[in-house]
This record gives sequence, structure tokens and C-alpha cells, in this order.
Amino acid sequence: MTGSDKVDVAIIGGGTAGCAAALELRRRGLSVALFERRTVGSQASGVNYGGVRQQGRDPAELPLSRRSRPIWDRLPALVGHDCEFMATGHLKLAYTPEQMAELEAWSAMAAEQGVETRLMGANALAEAYPGLITNAYGGSLCPTDGQANPRLVAPAFARAARRAGAAIHEHEAVTGATRDAAGFRIETERGTRILAQSLINVAGAWADHVARWFGEFAPIQVLAPNMLVSEPVPYRLPVNIGVCGAGLYVRQIPRGNLIFGGGKGWADREAIRARPLVEVSCQASAQLARTLPWAANAAVIRSWTGIEGYFDDDIPVIGLSETTPGLVHAFGFSGHGFQLGPAIGEIVSELVVEGKTTTPIDAFSIRRFARAGHQAA
Amino acid sequence: MPERIIIVGAGPAGTRAARILAEAGLATVLLDEAAGNGGQIYRRQPPGFRRPYAALYGTEAGKAERLHAALDGFGGLIDHRTDTLVWSLDGRRLMLNTAGRADSLDFDRLILATGAMDRVIPLPGWTLPGVFALGGAQVALKHQACAVGAKTCFVGSSPLLPYVAYQYARAGAGVAGVVDTTPRSAKLGALPDLLAVPGVTARGLTYMAWLARHGIRYWHGATPLRVEGGEHVTALVFRTAGGAERRIDCDAVALGYGLKCEHQLADLAGCAFRFDSPTRQWVVAQDDAGRTSVDGLYVAGDGALIRGADAAELAGERAALALLADLGRPVDAARVAQIGRHLARIDRQRRGMDKAFAYPNHLAQSLADDVILCRCEAVTVGEVRRAVTEQGADDINRAKAFCRVGMGRCQGRVCGPAAADVVAAALGRPIEAAGRLRGQAPVKPVPVAVLAQAELGETQSA
Amino acid sequence: MSMAVTVPSGGGQLRRLGERDRPVVTITIDGAEHEALAGDTLLTALLTAGHRVRESEFGDGPRAGFCWMAACQDCWVWLADGRRVRACSTPVEPGLSVLTRPAAPGDA
Repeated sequence: MTGSDKVDVAIIGGGTAGCAAALELRRRGLSVALFERRTVGSQASGVNYGGVRQQGRDPAELPLSRRSRPIWDRLPALVGHDCEFMATGHLKLAYTPEQMAELEAWSAMAAEQGVETRLMGANALAEAYPGLITNAYGGSLCPTDGQANPRLVAPAFARAARRAGAAIHEHEAVTGATRDAAGFRIETERGTRILAQSLINVAGAWADHVARWFGEFAPIQVLAPNMLVSEPVPYRLPVNIGVCGAGLYVRQIPRGNLIFGGGKGWADREAIRARPLVEVSCQASAQLARTLPWAANAAVIRSWTGIEGYFDDDIPVIGLSETTPGLVHAFGFSGHGFQLGPAIGEIVSELVVEGKTTTPIDAFSIRRFARAGHQAA
Repeated sequence: MPERIIIVGAGPAGTRAARILAEAGLATVLLDEAAGNGGQIYRRQPPGFRRPYAALYGTEAGKAERLHAALDGFGGLIDHRTDTLVWSLDGRRLMLNTAGRADSLDFDRLILATGAMDRVIPLPGWTLPGVFALGGAQVALKHQACAVGAKTCFVGSSPLLPYVAYQYARAGAGVAGVVDTTPRSAKLGALPDLLAVPGVTARGLTYMAWLARHGIRYWHGATPLRVEGGEHVTALVFRTAGGAERRIDCDAVALGYGLKCEHQLADLAGCAFRFDSPTRQWVVAQDDAGRTSVDGLYVAGDGALIRGADAAELAGERAALALLADLGRPVDAARVAQIGRHLARIDRQRRGMDKAFAYPNHLAQSLADDVILCRCEAVTVGEVRRAVTEQGADDINRAKAFCRVGMGRCQGRVCGPAAADVVAAALGRPIEAAGRLRGQAPVKPVPVAVLAQAELGETQSA
Repeated sequence: MSMAVTVPSGGGQLRRLGERDRPVVTITIDGAEHEALAGDTLLTALLTAGHRVRESEFGDGPRAGFCWMAACQDCWVWLADGRRVRACSTPVEPGLSVLTRPAAPGDA
């Protein structure tokens, strides 16, 4: 891209949300330019665990999660690839009566919102998963949940968006953006200048920089999920598993690899560098060996991490800017945005085109940090 | 508190480095996966084997014997830990797996002498039982007194090709033939450089002459086409320099196109890399003493630069001298200069080797779509090409993310070079533009149970 | 270990070229007894007994190791107790029971 081009919408950030927004906006007939400083899906969207999960979410997030869930079924039609999505169900395990009570409370809340779960005691677990899970007190199965390959999702949306006519610019970081009467003036590290009527800030762990350009404050922090994968072993684990308290999560793909994680790796947001930490990898391995003793002999073959943004209140920022008309934020998914990405693309598109969305998002307003921001400033 | 110095790899480079530091009075920990020092080139036979050094190492028997003995008498200063895999490096800490027991060691200075492995180019049928790496075929003979088949065909482009074929035939193994992809003319053209170290070159010519005298066919400028067999190898099919298709009946194939550095730990340490055009591979960026871009971290031997066992010993000594100098210890400047001159001669001879046994990258680039490229994950050449052409992968790591090439147990050690050539060709760019496969911990598989053990905090320091 | 005997070359992949007068070490491979020699690696034991070490997980046939130097990771097998070992870097021991296919769930 050379000179100063005009588009309807510019998007900063090539995660799943940004790429899905690019596709949705093209479907609505708008011109789109997306800028990603590395390659699409190279951070939070691409390095996460791959859980496609409604279970355990904050009540405020459930409507987003419910909206996103059917999109996963439609991926082949929508983006031309199933991204290895499988509705395996998500089983959250409790090891104490107190943890089980938490699962029961969540289950009741979710049922009111239309998400069905099956609460299981130790006997029901033993019957449903013979020899797989030992010592659990009970669990909650959300059968409509599942798993997918995170390395594939954002790139698949990006390719579909490109085919639909969106301009997806990889290896091109946005260095600044301002707004005047004509619209948003965006400049990139390659000297590209672009004028956009609307701007979507889906820049993940770096999105607070973009917000600051427009006088908004978001106390984002950095999270690097510490992930591991085993060699292929015979396929036995038909369900995606989370463990109350311990922070362990584990799934097995039909090729045989066990993918598991828990805890945080090391990340330097400014240098854009992250790496897993051996002590965290060892802790997660110990938890896996305790949770699924049959997996203890499998050899770990790789570990990885990447940079995600999170907030102390554990929910994202989603919504219209408080300061700048035409600016839409969606970032800081706090380690659980993978499942939401496709719906976020639709929601931010609605906000751009209609100024509102049918999905309740009030809880995610950037306004909630305004007072802290003034204090910090 | 004295500096904690660790050397990873007890081959020629690591052994010499440990010895030099011990002679200077410095204590080191020397870690290696094997049961004894020597590395692959001077690999020891197990206890109870009786072949003499001359039978095992030929003209290099004296060097092997000296290297094996180099640690003797230094037990107080050199803590040689055998059967020990270093599976990760995190800051200044090494994570160890000693025969199933987890441990960790902190260091202030580290010499990585992690050696090399065979570089291979896949061909149809190469995952059949009976196809082995060329250096592996040599290890089978040295370490286990076995030939990898009753009738082995040697295939590739490497100075090891005539040498291992000769070793096999001398040991009484059947040799079905040698299929060398480099034309005879390239070998003649390389002679001026090769003569920089005339002894080595003369030995190579001797092996070829010996094979000819004993009726073992040696094809120059050949193109391997496929390995045939049902449950195991039954034949190798190739095209001669003249264009004729030939089939050699054999029950084993030893395949090798030179060596590649094992430098995964340097990668985890954050060392800078550079692309080395003559050997067509990424190497750790280093000064002429083996200092890397990471303070206190040195590389030596074939893990640093592929230039053979003699150079590895010299480089190990050079890195040890650099470490001493960096500690402010006195170092013999004349010895440093002597090593430099010697290494320069070897480097010139290696340039000749790289021409005489050129890496035929076109072979990887022209593989058919249905050939398995990544043997760990059974990823085909076509899947890698489609990751580029259909999914938009713009380098080898992106291709890995999309189609799992290089994502298996070996982390691309085996398929990496060929995969990079396939990606580069699909992109229409030079090989170095395809990027370098990033290493990830653990550098070799470690059972969950061993990692779990490490979590218990059963660690000690050097 | 029993008395040293000469082991015939048999129909396996490898050919022994010497060092035959080592003590015999009896191991089991997929439940069948096999006479290896002291100092053999598991890879040598498996490939003097036959032509395969394991099956590819992805349906493309048998594998028999590749690099012999603990780099390619192609020769991982199971011990009867479920542990994973790399055949080329594991010496045989009397009574060692090795599986070239994973045990059915619950067997280990």
C-alpha cells in the first residue's frame, strides 16, 4: 500500500477477533484494512491451549460465549477449514466438596442462560470415563464445549477475509493514529498512511497503547500461558478437561498428542518476547501425572507460550470508545478469549456499522477503568 | 565463590575443553548422554567388547585412545556425568535427565559442545525399515559390531560415504554399492582446496581406490529415485549420471548428505544465529574463539561449525582458552595463534569437502508431493507445499504451525533442512529466507513423570 | 545371564560382524523370548530379532529407527511396565520386557 488510501474500517491487530471482524465487515460491504505487526494469530489467538469452552465463564461473558459457540460448527462454510474443531465436551473436575459446590452454583447460573451442563459424582465419572480419571470428587460436563487447533483459526479467518476483499497487512505495525474531521489517520512502520472512517482496536496485550492515543486508560497486564504437548500416545481422552483450583487443563487430539498447561511463562511485552519456564512446565507435568496417572509415561516433546493481555477483574474490554466516535475496542480477554474470537468479530462489526450490538456488553466497557486512569495520570 | 563452569558434550571438543580447564586448575561439570566420553566420532564400544582401537578407529586410533584417556586422573576437577541429557536451558540453569532422574545445575559459564548428526534428504521409501542414517550405519558398526544389513547400499554426498562403505567391506559386511550424488568433476575441481590438509584427502582417495579394487561399484553424479520394499528394504533405484535407471538389490540403505549442527541448547539460550552458505545451514554466531552473542556462553566442535574431529578438539581447546582469558587468567598467546593457523588450514580443506561432496538441495526441492518429509509426524512434501501456497506460510516456522512439519519428537532435526528447501522453493526465495526452525524445550523427549519429579525440587548446584 | 553361545545371524535386519562371544541376555519382545548379547542396545536386540521397532502412529507402516545416535527419536518403544525408552540408547538387561506396540488401555 502506498500513499494515503481511504478505507471504511481499519483494524489494528491480527488475532481471531480482528480477522473475523475483517471478514464480517466485508460481508457487510465495507472496505477493510487490517494491520498485524507479525503474522496473523501469532500471539494470544495462536499460542493458547485451544479450549472452546463456555463452562466456568464469568456470567457476563456467557452471552458472548453462547453467541460464539455455533460459529465454530460453521467454520468449514465460513472460512473453508474446520480448524480441527471437535465438540468433545468440557469436563471440569472438583476434588473437594467446596469445589463441587462451586461447579453446582455455576451450573445453575448457566442453566438460566441456556447452557446445559451435567453434574457428575465420583461414580458417574468412573462409569463415563473408566480408568481415565482417578480421585476426583466430582465434575461438571458441558457437552457442547470442545477444542480446536489455535494455530489454524486466525489464519483461516484472515484468508477468508482476504478472499472476500479485505486488505490484510502482516509484518506491518501501526505506529500511530489520530482522529480529525475527515476520520482516523493511521500510520504504519512502513510509512503507509491510511484514512479510515472507523477504527477497531483489537491489539491484544498492546491495545492499551492504541487506547492511550485517544485518551483512554486500560490497566492491561501481560500473561503468557505455559503450554506443553506430549508425543502421540493411544487416543483415550475423549473430553477436554479442566481442574478446579489446580489450574491444570488437558486435552488429547485424535492424532494422540496430549496438550496441557497451567501457570504462566515469562513474557516481555515491549520486546515482544516470551518463553515457557521450566519450573512451571514441571509443575504442570506433576499436576497432569496426579490427575491422569496413565499419562505419566508419555514423553513431553515441546513447550511454548505467547503474550496475552489480561485485567485484574478477569474480563475483557469490549465496546465503543468513551472519547472518540468511530473507535471500537475489544481486547484483554484475560486468557480465555479463544472461544470468543469469532463472535467478537461479529460484535465489533455491529458496533462499527450500527453503533450497537444485540449481545449485552455493558460489563466490558472501558469506562470501568476511567477513575483509576485519572488517578494514575 | 568460584565460577561454576559446565561443558555439555563429551566428544572431542568437550573433552579437550574440560582437560584444558582442568590443567589450569578449574573445576568443571562435563555432561553427556553417552556412557563414556568420545562423542559419536570416537564412540566407545560397550564393556565386554574386545576389538582393538585400530579395528574401531583405523588411522584415527591413536587420537581416539588419547581422547578417551584425556579425563583420566582429573576426576577431582572434572565431574563427568554420563547418561545425562540436558533437556532445557533456562537463564543460567540447565535441566537434566540422568537415566530417568531429574536434576538441575546452575552455571556461570557454559561451553556447548553438542556435536552433529547426519543431514539427510528424504526420498520415496525412506521410512522403510532398513533405511538408516549414514553416520548411524557407522555407529552400528563401531558401537555394536553390527552391519545395518546383509547387503548395504550407501547413498548420498559425504566424505563418510566412501569411508563407511570401506569400513563395512573391511569388517566383512556386504556392500551393494555406493551412490554418490556429486559428479566426479566436482571432486576434481575441489582438489586444490582439499590439499590444504593432504593427509585427509589422501585417505579419502585410498578408500575409493580400495573399493574399486574390491569390485564395489561407486557411481558419481547419480540421482537417487526411491527405496523399494514391502515391510523392509529390498532395493534402491537411482539414475546414473548418464541418465540410465538402475536398481541395486540390497536390504539396507545408509543415507547421508554431510552433517548438521546440534545447537538446540544454544537456541534456547538466545544465541544469535547466522546462515553459513558453504554448508548451507544455520550456525550459532561466534567469534574465532567460540564466544557467542550470550555473555559467558561458548560453542565448540561440530555443534558450532561442521569441520570434523580434529578441528573439534582444537576448537574445544580454543573455547577453553577464551574462557580462561575472560576470567582474567593468563593464556599462552603462541598456542592461541597456532590453533588459529591450524583451524584456518582445516577450514580451507572443508571448503574443498563442501564442493567435493556438495549438498544437492535440488533433490529436496524436486520431491514428489506424496513423499513423507517429516517422519515423526508423517507429513508429506505436498502438505508442506500447500502450507505455503494455500495457507500462506511465509517461512518454515509458519509452515510448521500449519501442517506440523518438524513438530514431532525430533523437532525437525531430521526433516528440517529438506523442509526448509521445500518451503524456500514454494516461496521462490533463497533457502535462508525460509528461516530457521526455532527450538523448544525439551530439546529431546522427556517423560511427564520425569518432569513431575523435577517439580519436587530435588535439585543441586554444581 | 547364561553361558556364552554363538548366536546365529537369523533373519533380522542386522548382521553381527564380530564380538559374538558375549554372554547371552534373555529379554522378551512383545511377549516372545529373544536371546540378545550383553552390551547390545535394545535397538540391536530388536533388529537382530526382526525388521521393525515400532509402528508409525499415523498409519504409514513399520519403523526401525534411523540415526543410531539418540537424535532422530524414531526408535522409542515401551517397556512392559509402561515406561518409554529410546531403543538406541538403552542397553539390554536380563528379563527386560519390551513392547513394539502400545499396550491396550488398562494393561500397563
